[in-house]
Amino acid sequence: MPLIELQQIERRFQLGDTTVNALAGLNLRIDAGEYVAVMGPSGSGKSTLLNLLGLLDRPQSGTYRLENRDVTTLTVDEQAAVRSARIGFVFQSFHLVPRLSAAENIALPMTLAGIAPAERKARVAEALAAFGLSQRADHRPDQLSGGQRQRVAIARATIMRPALLLADEPTGNLDRHTGEEVVDLLEGLNAQGVTLVVVTHDPAMGARARRQLVMEDGRLKYDSLASDAGDAPR
Amino acid sequence: MRLADRLHFARAAVTGAPWRSALSVLAMSIGVAAVVVLTALGDGARRYVVGQFSAIGTNLVIALPGRTGTGGFNPATAITSTPRDLTVDDAASLLRLPGVRRVAPLAVGTSEIAANGRLREVMVVGVSSSYVPMRNFELAQGQNLPDDDWNRAAPVALIGDKIREELFGPTPALGQLVRVGDRRLRIIGVLKPVGQGLGMNTDELVIVPVALAQALFNSNTLFRVLIEANSRPAIPEVRERVLQRLKERHRGEEDVTVITQDAVLATFDRLLGALTLAVGGIAAISLAVAGILVMNVMLVAVTQRTGEIGLLKALGAPARTIRRLFLSEAAMLSALGALLGYLLGQAGAFLLRQLFPVFPAYAPDWAVFAALATALLTGLLFGVLPARRAARLDPVEALMKH
Repeated sequence: MPLIELQQIERRFQLGDTTVNALAGLNLRIDAGEYVAVMGPSGSGKSTLLNLLGLLDRPQSGTYRLENRDVTTLTVDEQAAVRSARIGFVFQSFHLVPRLSAAENIALPMTLAGIAPAERKARVAEALAAFGLSQRADHRPDQLSGGQRQRVAIARATIMRPALLLADEPTGNLDRHTGEEVVDLLEGLNAQGVTLVVVTHDPAMGARARRQLVMEDGRLKYDSLASDAGDAPR
Repeated sequence: MRLADRLHFARAAVTGAPWRSALSVLAMSIGVAAVVVLTALGDGARRYVVGQFSAIGTNLVIALPGRTGTGGFNPATAITSTPRDLTVDDAASLLRLPGVRRVAPLAVGTSEIAANGRLREVMVVGVSSSYVPMRNFELAQGQNLPDDDWNRAAPVALIGDKIREELFGPTPALGQLVRVGDRRLRIIGVLKPVGQGLGMNTDELVIVPVALAQALFNSNTLFRVLIEANSRPAIPEVRERVLQRLKERHRGEEDVTVITQDAVLATFDRLLGALTLAVGGIAAISLAVAGILVMNVMLVAVTQRTGEIGLLKALGAPARTIRRLFLSEAAMLSALGALLGYLLGQAGAFLLRQLFPVFPAYAPDWAVFAALATALLTGLLFGVLPARRAARLDPVEALMKH
């Protein structure tokens, strides 16, 4: 069952006099439950793709169907509602709110969605236990290690039980060991059924995904699903 | 997002940047405190003057020579002097008018008083014996002026407490002879200390029979005639009758001005009320300045928290929620500032009252209410722009700034 269907997506940026084609005629289908790594050099359009998939950005043309619903025509606030319910983000720099405790950071999507405090509390406690953060509930981000911060961020991204988890260089700010732990965590979530799309520079991490996409100049240069006979990415 | 959660989030944001928050709270509180203290001063001045004016007596109608308004100086009177004097006989004629309880003629001038080898300048007030009870003066020692013919210049005087202190010190003043101008007068009474009374310091007065004062200053005209009506409702008709009688005596010419204490009081009241309003308005400018400061602080907050705004958007917060979050923060800052300013202002007014006990420096309720309302309103108003800016940020660009 397709979760994501992109058809003829065009996204151009105006940089001074020159027009940059961040995404050019992109077609892509990702099924529910897939584990996809997006790779490619800087400026290849992989971040733009991720922002587009996360409804943070709009294409100039083409359609994006998420769970069989055309989401390109939605208003800004309707897209926000889709993000709130169906999409989780994990960022390279964690993006935790510095003045809120770990528990409050995890609860933030539910707070924004207006979920009742009692339910929030129960679900945050559950998440803290699941991510091994029960002892750190009241700590603020500056009192946490990098690995703990990213675990808080992942807990926050999944607290609304999204269908799609988008991770942008999730291990970029972590050392090798903690990075592996975070990847294990993300893969565990994928095993539970969440569709996982990871943008990474790290070939080792990319190789762990079941499907690899390599982008170049706004186009898909390689898709491991489409060309089993093609070159494997290094 | 729930209201309680929004307030919680805004509070965390306010306490998360203590210096920035303290600065805008301080600015707002200074604005509110300025309004409270300045209107307390203005209204205190109004109460003070009104109180002082009431202290000159009750139910008074005042006749003065010349056709000047209550407003004071009239250029016409400078060129053409009063055509006919307001005399002691004029004053005496008012005694028989219905509704009039007491009349006191008033001749005023400055002279020297000398006794015990000491000499000083004093204000000499020539009056009749009715003046002392009409002004609610009380005698500490001795007796009032003799209650006889107003044209008789008995060589006696009442002196204020300060004059007594300066001339005689601890030695008894009663019965002593003093020289006032070229006259030798016997002191028959000393007034109790009262303090200020409308520019005339009663403690520094010398009170003599009106005929004596006129002889002393070589003048036939009176400075004022004070008329006390039987009751408050009788004041307007008494005023009318006084004017009529004096006009008759001056061959039909209306060359005197008759004012009522009430009218003067009302004028002062209006004048100083307007002053309070003006002063309050000037202080309110500082509130606008504080509002701009809150806006500035909020704009800085939006810039500093751009990444956070991007995150909130990514987490599915609609523009409306982000706008409200920042508005709540601005409202919280100005509410805190307004509250602190209110307390500061009341403390300032309290301090003023402690330092100047005669001065009733209470901020009027309307001013306090207006200051608080303006503070909250400006805070919100100037919070709109930063909140809108935050809500309009592009999430992708916002997320890149971290």
